[in-house]
Amino acid sequence: MSALRPLPRWADLALLPVLNLLLAVLVSGLVVLMIGQNPLTAIWAIITGAFGNGYNIGYTLYYATNFVFTGLAVALAAHGGLFNIGGNGQAYVAGLGVILVALALQDTHWLIVAPAALVAAAVFGGAWAFIPGYLQAKRGSHVVITTIMFNFIAAALMIYMLNRVLKPAGVSGPESAMIAETGRMPKIGSFFAPFNYTPVNLSIFIALLALVGVYFLIWRTKFGYALRAMGQNPTAARYAGISNSKMIIITMTLSGALAGMVAFNEVLGVQNRLVLDFVADAGFVGIAVALMGRNHPIGIGLAALLFGALYQGGNELQYVISGLDRTVVVIIQALVILFTGAMEGLFRPGLQRTFMLFSPEQKAEAVSRETVGKES
Amino acid sequence: MDMGAILSILDATLRLSTPLLLACLAGLYSERAGVFDIGLEGKMLAAAFGAAAVAAVTGSAWLGLLAGIGVSVATAALQGAAAISLKGNQLIAGVAINMLAAGLCTFLGQQWFRQGGRTPALGPNGRFGTIDLPFANEVAGVPILGPIYSELISGHYILVYVAFLMVPITAYVLYRTRFGLRLRAVGENPKAVDTAGISVVALRYQAVIVTGVLCGLAGAYFSIAQGSGFGNNMTAGKGFIALAALIFAKWKPVPAMFTCLLFGFLDALQIRLQGARLFDVEIPVQAIQALPYVLTVILLAGFIGKAVGPKAGGVAYTKER
Repeated sequence: MSALRPLPRWADLALLPVLNLLLAVLVSGLVVLMIGQNPLTAIWAIITGAFGNGYNIGYTLYYATNFVFTGLAVALAAHGGLFNIGGNGQAYVAGLGVILVALALQDTHWLIVAPAALVAAAVFGGAWAFIPGYLQAKRGSHVVITTIMFNFIAAALMIYMLNRVLKPAGVSGPESAMIAETGRMPKIGSFFAPFNYTPVNLSIFIALLALVGVYFLIWRTKFGYALRAMGQNPTAARYAGISNSKMIIITMTLSGALAGMVAFNEVLGVQNRLVLDFVADAGFVGIAVALMGRNHPIGIGLAALLFGALYQGGNELQYVISGLDRTVVVIIQALVILFTGAMEGLFRPGLQRTFMLFSPEQKAEAVSRETVGKES
Repeated sequence: MDMGAILSILDATLRLSTPLLLACLAGLYSERAGVFDIGLEGKMLAAAFGAAAVAAVTGSAWLGLLAGIGVSVATAALQGAAAISLKGNQLIAGVAINMLAAGLCTFLGQQWFRQGGRTPALGPNGRFGTIDLPFANEVAGVPILGPIYSELISGHYILVYVAFLMVPITAYVLYRTRFGLRLRAVGENPKAVDTAGISVVALRYQAVIVTGVLCGLAGAYFSIAQGSGFGNNMTAGKGFIALAALIFAKWKPVPAMFTCLLFGFLDALQIRLQGARLFDVEIPVQAIQALPYVLTVILLAGFIGKAVGPKAGGVAYTKER
């Protein structure tokens, strides 16, 4: 074994992600500098663009809502040792469920439409992840590859559905009919004036509930225990009487259902119809969010807010600095994924050495922690 | 369908399967060495941009090609650093590379050329022309074989011939050279390779660099051969089709060629079949577009043979201390 001791918990959970984020921002700043713009101006523009006024905050929260769902989807699967890269496809297909239910029930009341659409989003999104989960569990097909394939199959399926099935007569673009006013999820702006004209809607409370729910699921239930056991050591989990294949299937389905909530937010709450590519790569942002948030609901909530702010701030960037736009945010996001997900080895050993050097108590604590075993 | 129509579909098949084949063989080297690569798409995109940008500035297709390869190799080296040296998650590294390439290409393209992320259209010297093989015109009159030679085999970009030449070369390197043997060994059982006194890390880096070179060729094909300039997201998921093809071909070079030809053929057919009808029902183009992915899933599910990848794939090698 290596002589290095594990980091204290706070450094592992907070310091490391923050360092990685700073590095990502720094590198992106260098890119901005390279093209002759001031990175500090850009950062300030992003911050004010994200939190400057109610309108900005409304948009930030709307993006964050989506990212909470996809972040949780990635994190839940990750606890079971599965990498669900198919959030995009699952959310996209879930849109089909939402629009079908919403159009069928639109003349009733949103209080009836919303729960039905929620179930539909979960069922459709879950089903799109169930198949890769089933194939992984029963046939050994690598879930990463199958979920990538399912993203593309979903794209083809949805283009077909939008063009041939859902497009009402008289509409030229590939989009469904509008959901009637009565069936739409109310915007928060309709009763909270500062958020007027922003897309943030009641779905954000479902995102908050999902954060709490996933916390309980993972750390407070038998299922969660089995899930983490499988993620840590599938062989040991099997000896403990856990059916790994059943767990894989259930976990992937739940993960897909969570990703499907993006469709609930977008279709019922924002667009009020099904449009092409409404997911806008939220599934991939979810990977960054889950990595940044250390697969913990609190972290995911914060990371989703961060990425929501980056997206909204990035939108405003083009009005402040000509020539800069949201692609800067895509670069930051890619670097966050790279540094937190794939280049952990960059900071961790150095940090571990630093901690051992400067604080003997930390060292003692770390040693005892290691002997007790890893807690998560 | 007459001979001409068949030839034109097959001709399009060759053109469309070329980047798939190059990317697929690219993936083959790194995956056979035990490094999963879902970043083929990103490396191709970066190469397409680098090639087009340099070709636009210098007016030389060859310099463009070199730049494309350079950019792709640099990207591959970054991915390699994460996956091999820093022992990071190889899949996540691939995702990051794809996203980084998409962001950087659009961003730099917009900054440098101010055409909404596109690079300026290339002149005749800035892109590769098609090559007429010897005697193409002379034999065109020969029945059946003549048109096949002059229309189907002759008259492609040089990268098309390079791609198909890479198949026997890859097969030779993989199965008949010391490097190939070690490459396969390092993907199956790195410990054994290490025990034999060969550096696992160095071998994997070599494999990843070869992957970079081939992705560079594939990317350059998009922007300075098939197209004349870079457009946003111009690789359009082809890197993932190549990945699918690699799995479909069970990580073997010759089957890789046939799979890429099949997927290229589906692509050509799909363009041809816009609005075509079968038994009075219009065939949805999307069904054909989705077919490569569906076929790969079915294969992965083990319903038509079993695809089992290199055993040590996806795990960074750690020497025991």
